[in-house]
Amino acid sequence: MSRWQTQPLLEVEHLTMRFGGLVAINDLSFTVGQGDITALIGPNGAGKTTVFNCITGFYKPTEGRIALRHGEQSIWQELPRATQASGRKWAKGGSSLWLLERMPDFEVSAHAKVARTFQNIRLFQGMTVLENLLVAQHNPLMLASGWSVLGILGFSGYKKSEKASIEKATYWLDKIGLIDRADDPAGDLPYGAQRRLEIARAMCTDPVLLCLDEPAAGLNPRESLELNTLLRSIRTDEGTSVLLIEHDMSVVMEISDHVVVLDYGTKISDGSPSEVKADPKVIAAYLGVEDDEVEEIEAEVAS
Amino acid sequence: MSHDAPAAAPSIDWSRTLKDAVITGLIATAILGPFIGLVTVQDMEHRLILQTRWPLFLALLAILVVGRLLLQIFVWGRPAKPKRAPLALPPSVERIAAPFFIGLLFVFPISVLFALGPQGSIKWIDNYGIQILIYIMLGWGLNIVVGLAGLLDLGYVAFYAVGAYSYALLAKTFGLSFWVLLPLAGILASFWGIILGFPVLRLRGDYLAIVTLAFGEIIRLILINWVDFTSGYAGISGIPRPTLFGIPFNASDNGFAATFGLEFSPIHRTIFLYYLILALALLTAFVTTKLRRLPIGRAWEALREDEIACRSLGINTTTTKLTAFATGAMFAGFAGSFFAARQGFISPESFTFMESANILAIVVLGGMGSLWGVVIAAVALVGGFELMREMDFLKLIFGTDFDPTQYRTLLFGAAMVGIMLWKPRGLISTREPTAFLKERKAVSGSLVTEGHG
Ligand SMILES: Nc1ncnc2c1ncn2[C@@H]1O[C@H](COP(=O)(O)OP(=O)(O)OP(=O)(O)O)[C@@H](O)[C@H]1O
Ligand SMILES: [Mg+2]
Repeated sequence: MSRWQTQPLLEVEHLTMRFGGLVAINDLSFTVGQGDITALIGPNGAGKTTVFNCITGFYKPTEGRIALRHGEQSIWQELPRATQASGRKWAKGGSSLWLLERMPDFEVSAHAKVARTFQNIRLFQGMTVLENLLVAQHNPLMLASGWSVLGILGFSGYKKSEKASIEKATYWLDKIGLIDRADDPAGDLPYGAQRRLEIARAMCTDPVLLCLDEPAAGLNPRESLELNTLLRSIRTDEGTSVLLIEHDMSVVMEISDHVVVLDYGTKISDGSPSEVKADPKVIAAYLGVEDDEVEEIEAEVAS
Repeated sequence: MSHDAPAAAPSIDWSRTLKDAVITGLIATAILGPFIGLVTVQDMEHRLILQTRWPLFLALLAILVVGRLLLQIFVWGRPAKPKRAPLALPPSVERIAAPFFIGLLFVFPISVLFALGPQGSIKWIDNYGIQILIYIMLGWGLNIVVGLAGLLDLGYVAFYAVGAYSYALLAKTFGLSFWVLLPLAGILASFWGIILGFPVLRLRGDYLAIVTLAFGEIIRLILINWVDFTSGYAGISGIPRPTLFGIPFNASDNGFAATFGLEFSPIHRTIFLYYLILALALLTAFVTTKLRRLPIGRAWEALREDEIACRSLGINTTTTKLTAFATGAMFAGFAGSFFAARQGFISPESFTFMESANILAIVVLGGMGSLWGVVIAAVALVGGFELMREMDFLKLIFGTDFDPTQYRTLLFGAAMVGIMLWKPRGLISTREPTAFLKERKAVSGSLVTEGHG
């Protein structure tokens, strides 16, 4: 059995998202395994970004349940009861379940600990690289500054947490190789560096699940390799599971443990990279083949 | 054209230059002829009659044509100079300039007093010192909302009004002292900031601007129409003056002059008010600089840069915007209660949209987000307006009917257009980072987002 079946971290069930008449996601179910790098792939307009927006609370799904686990596996048994209750969070013995479809965007990040990046980079361009990483640590710092009151009065407790937050930012700057550019405005960085900075910024929120929307888009081959190393390190060193949208099949096959394929909002394949690669439906969707030809290809692959 | 031949000595294309001057003259005649050359006046029987003002018209026409000619010859005719780097105060300069500037503010009333004596100095301390400081404080307060959080607020004067009326009404009805009511006025104003904020903060950009504008007007109309409460247009007079911790500034036996064995003079109160508003303004600056380096201030600026990214990082944008609104409103409330205490009389006339526009102009001219920019812009605008009152010598040129203060708005507009042309991001357009690892480098204004609400 694979990890996404035995140790799910996130469970998306019967997710449907309609925009007026357009069904962007149609009854989509999949799971993300703890410690996996999961890839969500599909042709343009398949609905991948929409799935991300539903998971991270930017869209309210028309139908469906999105549940995230903190803590022990056994908490999944509580899922029916959590759904019956009206709250967003169901806690039992130190573990908890979060029903993300009930939460507004900022709470998904702040409490359920799901971080994300955007398809078109959204950095704070006029702020320095370091400041970008400090903004990401807003909530713990806000607490330490006593909602600004203790901070204005200059209490030492806040200074300590501020130092810790700068240290954390330094750690990530080292990791993404931008330590020398810490005091430069983010908008001055080259494109590849901006992508890495956006990932580091998301990681500064201490997520359990990191959602990356096309992180390799626009990167050159060397940067693409560096990205793979960074993502692997995030998975192994930080223990953060990764869900990523990617067009570049070589990246997907190289680093992912689990691949989910979408086409026109419907899941057409789900499995390990090698399984998905051999799936005729996937080949058809990517090559743009008509439905009746799929059977032909299936026959071909089978023979 | 000479632009294209940088090596050769700049030669001037005379026919083109003259043609330009003639066209300028024609356009100016078409526009100024009816507006300046002709004027309607009422005669004794209330009939409208047309009069001409050809000398004034010709004078303006000459200024325009000659000015354009000179610009053509000396400015536009020259090859373009390489662009200079944006004006940035290096941190070291700021470290020296700030204490120097604050020291100057502290000695200002005393030196004026020594130079001009009690009678002559009142005008300088009151009309220039106090007036400018009020606007600096309001500019700094609005700077939090517009400059840092990027929320375009066109109704800021409403909070100023709330502060002023809170002080006036509570002081007159309950006889509470200025020192109790000052914080209370701030709290009430920020409360109104939150009340306004809740419904409107889901709006963005122009929509937010329009709703805040309407809010400013609503408050003013309430002040006008709720006559039982605010006495409407008549305003509130006899507002108690602030005391020096209980010692009033009057000629009585327990007044300030008697207590300190001085001869009574109204200048004492003026100087006291000057230091009071100076302290309030410095408090605003202190809190703003502190807040900028705290997570909340950083979140405000991040909000101005990209609201969606903020939400993806777990920042509650609604409360963050509300705190910006409430903090800005609080300082307007302080300034308002000071204003009421200084004037002793307030009426809705003091809280028109024009005031909001003036304060916003100070923030925009100064460079959004910059405390120094606000100071420079407030001194230039408010001080400039006051200086125009002094320009009696212009009467010698334009005749005794000429009232320079009537041209305030014209100059104001010209200044705005000029700034938008030459420094579209305000006088000080660079942004100081709030934290640094190795060195503090100013961020060029062209990267900083101005906010869309
Ligand atoms: N807010 C919205 N309103 C209306 N339609 C939307 C909205 N967001 C997405 N859609 C539609 O949903 C469909 C899926 O879009 P989505 O952005 O999720 O695709 P995608 O798989 O991310 O594509 P790409 O690879 O180009 O990024 C598209 O047809 C899109 O037009
Ligand atoms: Mg997309």
